[in-house]
Amino acid sequence: MTSTDTHRAIDAVWRIESARLIAGLARIVRDVGVAEELAQDALVAALEQWPDAGVPRNPGAWLMTTAKHRAIDLLRRNKRIERKHEEIGYELEARQDQAAMDIEAALDDDVGDDLLRLVFTACHPILSAEARVALTLRLLGGLTTVEIARAFLVSEATIGQRIVRAKRTLAKEQVPFEVPRGADLAGRLSSVLEVIYLIFNEGYTATAGDDLMRPGLCEDALRLGRMVAELAPLEPEVHGLVALMEIQASRSRARVSASGDPILLLDQNRAHWDHLLIRRGLAALERAGQLGRTPGPYVLQAAIAACHARAITAEETDWKRIAALYEMLAKLSPSPVVELNRAVALSMAFGPAVGLELVDQLTSEPLLENYHLLPSVRGDLLFKLGRIDEARGEFERAASLTRNARERDFLLERARTS
Amino acid sequence: MRFMVLVKASKDSEAGVMPSKELLTAMGQFNEEMVKAGVMLAGEGLHPSSKGARIRFSGDKKTVIDGPFSETKELVAGYWMIEVKSKEEAIEWMRRCPNPTGDEGEIEIRQVFEASDFGDALPPEEAAREDRLREEMQRKASK
Repeated sequence: MTSTDTHRAIDAVWRIESARLIAGLARIVRDVGVAEELAQDALVAALEQWPDAGVPRNPGAWLMTTAKHRAIDLLRRNKRIERKHEEIGYELEARQDQAAMDIEAALDDDVGDDLLRLVFTACHPILSAEARVALTLRLLGGLTTVEIARAFLVSEATIGQRIVRAKRTLAKEQVPFEVPRGADLAGRLSSVLEVIYLIFNEGYTATAGDDLMRPGLCEDALRLGRMVAELAPLEPEVHGLVALMEIQASRSRARVSASGDPILLLDQNRAHWDHLLIRRGLAALERAGQLGRTPGPYVLQAAIAACHARAITAEETDWKRIAALYEMLAKLSPSPVVELNRAVALSMAFGPAVGLELVDQLTSEPLLENYHLLPSVRGDLLFKLGRIDEARGEFERAASLTRNARERDFLLERARTS
Repeated sequence: MRFMVLVKASKDSEAGVMPSKELLTAMGQFNEEMVKAGVMLAGEGLHPSSKGARIRFSGDKKTVIDGPFSETKELVAGYWMIEVKSKEEAIEWMRRCPNPTGDEGEIEIRQVFEASDFGDALPPEEAAREDRLREEMQRKASK
């Protein structure tokens, strides 16, 4: 193996092991920032030693042992400082050894619980959404600061600062390294799911830049989602989110034309959909359903996505069911965006005039004032009703509101050909 | 990116001998680890080639040949579909795989084509024709 090969192998080991490593260490040192530094130290040791000594047979265990020793050293050092003040001599040694043994025992415990603690800590609502996103990708996705910066098209320094500040906040506010229980759980879980879905959406419909999609981020989000689903298998919303992402991702190949322009769902060539992901999505949705609870927002959105996935041709789409699912969703979490989608479903089920009636009620909605999809949908319905001049105006307005270059071109093209 | 990992056949897999309990347990654990990490998309074992067939093409001529096939080491006995960040990560995962046959054996790691890999390989009119064919297939399938 050349040294470059070894470095690549170390990157790969890091991607696989880092989350477990950081999670295990965080339980001992009770600080994810310190835990991450310890894990990084172990990585540096690997980078120093493996190119000569070769990649060990069990690289994960090697990293864990190395990091563990550093954790013990650190705790001893901290204890020593503490104790110096108290001037306790003899007892110290015994306690240190006890501490070391406790750490050994703790590290051998189930890593799953630690990972889940790490998920909840990285997604703690005390942090801003963008801080949670960066921290989650770093601590759980195994991405480097450079990779995160590249994915979000911001500078490395920005992401670096975001992560440092987030870790500092967690330490300062003494956020406990634990899985929330009881009444707290629902809110905290939705914060976790929100972060994963934010990552997915940034990859699926890039809010900025020249490309419509950044598939790497979609894959990162899916990986995180699948991981959390295994860590918290009794939470239907986690499976709902996974189902939603799998089904949306299944359309990646069909939703962009060869020249990079977006293709609308109903115009997509369904043979280009990824049927492996559809199957996985439908299975995840079923898993959510089997838990027998009232469907939450992710389960409902996944159920809507599943209606499209199950339709072999666009004409076979069960729009009545989709409209009904949107109605349930609107009751659960009222939002003008959901209403807009419901309007589309209604127009498909009962004709454009019915849809337009609902859309027209939304035009005065302040939240949708700068939302490009409102004029885009309205333009489409007007076009179908033969009100071409009005349709053109709406497409132009939609084009002026989107930040995505590809989407803008697409809307201008529609305006031009209306 | 996606990789297909092919498990090559062995004398035992071709003879239809089921893997030992230990191997099944070890494989189960390995699969579980990949599922928990969100990496494994699919994976199945294949029946021996005696239950399969081949179609040999020679120009326009097609000949059906029933299994079994002799070149055991070249045959596929099972596969995984995994989604990872790099070939190195795929290799790193598969280094953790228990010996799939318990004997001399091999697994092969191959990257799956994605839309972006094709680039301009297909001229637009070819791509359009392929689309039409697929639509036709779909229309038939839906009947």
